[in-house]
Amino acid sequence: MQEWANQLCENRQFGSKMTDSKYFTTTKKGEIFELKAELNSDKKEKKKEAVKKVIASMTVGKDVSALFPDVVNCMQTDNLELKKLVYLYLMNYAKSQPDMAIMAVNTFVKDCEDPNPLIRALAVRTMGCIRVDKITEYLCEPLRKCLKDEDPYVRKTAAVCVAKLHDINAQLVEDQGFLDTLKDLISDSNPMVVANAVAALSEIAESHPNSNLLDLNPQTINKLLTALNECTEWGQIFILDCLANYTPRDDRESQSICERVTPRLSHANSAVVLSAVKVLMKFMEMLPKDLDYYGTLLKKLAPPLVTLLSAEPELQYVALRNINLIVQRRPEILKHEMKVFFVKYNDPIYVKLEKLDIMIRLASQANIAQVLAELKEYATEVDVDFVRKAVRAIGRCAIKVEQSAERCVSTLLDLIQTKVNYVVQEAIVVIKDIFRKYPNKYESVIATLCENLDSLDEPEARAAMIWIVGEYAERIDNADELLESFLEGFHDESTQVQLQLLTAIVKLFLKKPTETQELVQQVLSLATQDSDNPDLRDRGYIYWRLLSTDPVAAKEVVLAEKPLISEETDLIEPTLLEELICHIGTLASVYHKPPSAFVEGSRGVQHKRLPGSAGSGESVESPDTGSAAGVSDAPPAVIPSQGDLLGDLLNLDLAPPATTTGPPPPTSSGMQMGAMDLLGGGLDSLMGDESEPPPIPLRTDTPQSPQLPHQSPSPPDYSPTELGGDLGGSPAMGAGFGAPPAAMPASFNAPVSGGLDDLFDLGGGVGMPSGAYSPPKSIWLPAMKAKGLEISGTFARRAGVVQMEMTLTNKAMSVMTDFAIQFNRNSFGLAPAGPLQVLTPVSPNQSIEVALPLNTVGPVMKMEPLNNLQVAVKNNIDVFYFSCQYPISMLFVEDGKMERQVFLATWKDIPNDNESQFQIKDCHLSSDAASSKLQGSNIFTIAKRTVDGQDMLYQSTKLTNGIWVLAELRVQAGNPNYTVSLKCRAPEVAQCVFQSYEAVLKN
Amino acid sequence: MIGGLFIYNHKGEVLISRVYRDDIGRNAVDAFRVNVIHARQQVRSPVTNIARTSFFHVKRSNIWLAAATKQNVNAAMVFEFLYKMCDVMTAYFGKISEENVKNNFVLIYELLDEILDFGYPQNSETGALKTFITQQGIKSQHHSKEEQSQITSQVTGQIGWRREGIKYRRNELFLDVLESVNLLMSPQGQVLSAHVSGRVVMKSYLSGMPECKFGMNDKIVIDKQGKGGGSEDAAKSGKQSIAIDDCTFHQCVRLSKFDSERSISFIPPDGEYELMRYRTTKDIILPFRVIPLVREVGRTKLEVKVVIKSNFKSSLLAQKIEVRVPTPLNTSGVQLICMKGKAKYKASENAIVWKIKRMAGMKESQISAEIELLPTNDKKKWARPPISMNFEVPFAPSGLKVRYLKVFEPKLNYSDHDVIKWVRYIGRSGIYETRC
Repeated sequence: MQEWANQLCENRQFGSKMTDSKYFTTTKKGEIFELKAELNSDKKEKKKEAVKKVIASMTVGKDVSALFPDVVNCMQTDNLELKKLVYLYLMNYAKSQPDMAIMAVNTFVKDCEDPNPLIRALAVRTMGCIRVDKITEYLCEPLRKCLKDEDPYVRKTAAVCVAKLHDINAQLVEDQGFLDTLKDLISDSNPMVVANAVAALSEIAESHPNSNLLDLNPQTINKLLTALNECTEWGQIFILDCLANYTPRDDRESQSICERVTPRLSHANSAVVLSAVKVLMKFMEMLPKDLDYYGTLLKKLAPPLVTLLSAEPELQYVALRNINLIVQRRPEILKHEMKVFFVKYNDPIYVKLEKLDIMIRLASQANIAQVLAELKEYATEVDVDFVRKAVRAIGRCAIKVEQSAERCVSTLLDLIQTKVNYVVQEAIVVIKDIFRKYPNKYESVIATLCENLDSLDEPEARAAMIWIVGEYAERIDNADELLESFLEGFHDESTQVQLQLLTAIVKLFLKKPTETQELVQQVLSLATQDSDNPDLRDRGYIYWRLLSTDPVAAKEVVLAEKPLISEETDLIEPTLLEELICHIGTLASVYHKPPSAFVEGSRGVQHKRLPGSAGSGESVESPDTGSAAGVSDAPPAVIPSQGDLLGDLLNLDLAPPATTTGPPPPTSSGMQMGAMDLLGGGLDSLMGDESEPPPIPLRTDTPQSPQLPHQSPSPPDYSPTELGGDLGGSPAMGAGFGAPPAAMPASFNAPVSGGLDDLFDLGGGVGMPSGAYSPPKSIWLPAMKAKGLEISGTFARRAGVVQMEMTLTNKAMSVMTDFAIQFNRNSFGLAPAGPLQVLTPVSPNQSIEVALPLNTVGPVMKMEPLNNLQVAVKNNIDVFYFSCQYPISMLFVEDGKMERQVFLATWKDIPNDNESQFQIKDCHLSSDAASSKLQGSNIFTIAKRTVDGQDMLYQSTKLTNGIWVLAELRVQAGNPNYTVSLKCRAPEVAQCVFQSYEAVLKN
Repeated sequence: MIGGLFIYNHKGEVLISRVYRDDIGRNAVDAFRVNVIHARQQVRSPVTNIARTSFFHVKRSNIWLAAATKQNVNAAMVFEFLYKMCDVMTAYFGKISEENVKNNFVLIYELLDEILDFGYPQNSETGALKTFITQQGIKSQHHSKEEQSQITSQVTGQIGWRREGIKYRRNELFLDVLESVNLLMSPQGQVLSAHVSGRVVMKSYLSGMPECKFGMNDKIVIDKQGKGGGSEDAAKSGKQSIAIDDCTFHQCVRLSKFDSERSISFIPPDGEYELMRYRTTKDIILPFRVIPLVREVGRTKLEVKVVIKSNFKSSLLAQKIEVRVPTPLNTSGVQLICMKGKAKYKASENAIVWKIKRMAGMKESQISAEIELLPTNDKKKWARPPISMNFEVPFAPSGLKVRYLKVFEPKLNYSDHDVIKWVRYIGRSGIYETRC
């Protein structure tokens, strides 16, 4: 080598400095001028030296584009070295000097005709790198010739040049028919030409996902497989990567390709091996599992994968990332190879971390002892990330291999004893997961964990510890103190910790209600009032509501049995895994991301799938969905327990502030309302001045507010007085939720109560003031069907007039005007009493409210159902049709109260056949309340009789068309089911009337 | 494909910058420097994604080689290419150092132009490259037409690693079986993992286009032959055969033939190259056994005793033996007594280094050390890195034996008997560690 270098120096014969490194040192002013002069020198050697200096300057980032014409002048030379240097310069600067680059074209075209194939190839190679449109035009003819050159070296270079040209001007390549020539090259006699053609076509095909460019059929596959045995290592990679895109027609073809690819597994080049593994992994999907060959192939895959681990560390890293995928897809391949993944002391950190990951994936009952011993060793290493991961791995082993759990836990305890801060924290995080997998098994270690409470400074560890304390609050004597200590710096904690603390304290409260009143109050107010974080605030509100309305439900929800966590939480999602398997060896497999995630533009957008495996991905059940289901499945039956006691404790004790200061809640709402009162009243009283009577609780007097989950039956074993006595000793309970947890800024008043209103006001209360029931608005005409016009509406009877109340919303892009409305004939002759009053145009995204008074003098036609109404609405755009149903109670007139005698007579007069009986279920009103409610909708009670604790209400109603409906409503105290019997001369209306009964009573 | 290739010195200054694709801009060079070379922490991955550009890098002494791309390239190929690039450069100008790179930058550009076209790796066999990339300012006319087509057919041909017309007066070949034996042993002497990774390196000085066939005591081959021959033969040879877990070959070896017949046949490159690599895990001869004894005496003193036992034929000699016993960071002084060789405490390396020039088989030697420690408040326990060992032995720890290497050259008149053949076995320590 030295000899060779000397030779170089001799050849140059230049002064004292003999080496090229001197070119890097010149930075004088006026350098450009000097270079210019040298470039134009007559002496060839001087010229070459000058070009070298230019290239050196270019490399270090200096702008030497000013020398363009002078450098191009040096191009006409028979010195290959000089020519190459000039070309290098051209490739860099041609784009910035397109006009001058034209100067070079002639030389290129001439060189493409040179007798020396090396020069021809050099010219065509360089031309393709000059991204100037004008030059590409001149490139076409020489390229066409070179693609058919007699010399394979020129052809292989020309093949790549097609890809270059395609990158500059795809259309040109297609128009000139270069793609077809390229396809022909796949059948070339020279393996390297084939390989380059395959590489070029593959890349071009990627940017045309749907083109049939790489028309892979058994014949071409055969050609590729033949070339595979003969071409360079790089060519083998191109061909294997291309083969991986092919989908064999059947398992026999698949097997024969596999057989021809397997020898590549012994190649010294790791990339060849990995690409071969990719082809095999993909085509294996098509082989029947019972085939002998399938088993043989599986066995053949393991040794080469293991061998990859003795490559250089960078390649080991690529291999390990890929093995991670392979192990997830086909764990059987490497299940006996655990040892090779043991970490070596000198491995680079990125290799160590990846090995660790694979070790956990391969851990099983058979090898767990070895794995644990290793992990314990790793946990004492230096690199913090690695140590953390090792500790975490121990936890994952415990969760994965049940038999090892105990040893894992004791190993973790040993590690905690080291008191190394990050080890302790990491250990606590994984112990939490172990608890979640094996509840009630290892709680004996909690004491040890609690000792380390103070050293935890990372959110995840703090959150884990808090979770443990909350979950096992009943076993930790000083759980309240522990949690309280966290509460002090609540606002400095991360959200993760805050949320966990909130939940933990609520759990604690539900488990030990008597001692932790203050604590829970404190945390609820911190979460809801002093926090800007919506997650935290909402969770706080939900707990608060839950606790105050129905503590039993709260207990069921919060302390519900949680589903066990699954074994492997970090598996790659199956469809992504399939895609990544198709990308083995590539960057996608290193990043574990699909190419679309990191490749710009259209390239790589195509998602690859494994053949014949659609829908084979087994879904891993996520623990979260399970927990939601678990809650809703909880049986509603409540067994009297501490929970009930708790519920009543809250109710009894917390109701007073509301009952004493506000109006007494209606008896009908009972205990439940009392509980609700607590929040409204409590909050209000808390916000208002203590000395003044607080404002009327928001919800206590509105029986129409939505029903809360369910009422807790009173516990049979305890009487209220007993409880009161019990509670006497607990001042915290006395204050209840109503007590101000902290001085509260007045500005919070609105948002807090407003927030609660929003949360629980689910659309009730419409039409209450007028007395008559009116259903909430529903969408009659969706915007989709009416070119952007959306109509929602309802019917109401206001002051004896039937009204159609509508909201017209313009969801189109243009303004809407000229509204008009028309009804089809209907059962009761409903018709608009006037035109539709839409005075202003409705602009996009605007909504307007319209009330259309109706009369009942229109044409009559019996509809099915009886209360169906067909409407046509017109605007400047089009005419739209829809139909809606009106509650028949709209048509109940105000003078529908029959005289008692008339009622009796009519009742008898109407034949019994016309009588129909209905049940109204789950109505909790007293007979009086029901009566008054019905009267609001013009159903009049004429008489009431009480027989055996059963109230019988006799009622009458008159429709606009004069039809009388008589009714008998039976209400039994304590029975939520009413029975209503209807008698009418026109029995068709009975069904509609009954619906109105139900609607009125229930709303 | 590879969009750009950059070479930096240890300061992050660009020595070579070659851009192949339009999507890699000049700023990519700086991005890598700022984010990787100048990054404060240790390299966490050899692949880095910066602003949607992926960088692959390898380091040779203090020179960084980086390849940049925006596509989903074959990552294994990029690294293989970078290594190959290093091999080619080494073959041309020796060690990869800042000075050598600067001195040969024109050559490097020329090489880069040849072996990477539009980011696709092309023929990178130095044997072929040296025929036409010479840096001697050759004029295009210098080559005759025949020479030119010979060059191109060699570069693109099936036997790209060898040129025609090689002549030697004396046909000679050297085979080196180089093995590195790796061990991880528990303090109790249990083998946690052990494997041999071996290489067969061949230096061939053979005329013409010789067809070679290589044979070794591969268990699969021997068992197959044993079936055909006498059972006695099989039993005899069965003892000596070894189970090879896996092997890979230089691209000159016909892989399909190996796959079907397990025979290793090839036309070798001229000069030195690596014929094969292999790995074994069964029946490995562990040349040395290390028995550590560490006792903590109070908080400020540590007693260490290490015994090494040589475990091979007593007629053989191991050389360059070195035992490295790590010491805690707070070591203040060390007293050493060793029976053989020289031992020194090297504070800068936090280790006691015990060197023995030669040691015969079936011997035993030991070292005792008393380590004084400074009292520290550091809560963190000393990690106790494993005791490592280096050595060289004149046999193959895997048990591999070369059975034959036959040479046929039908066109020239020399036969297998005329070729002078040399075989040598060297076993070295790889990562040979015993935990303490």
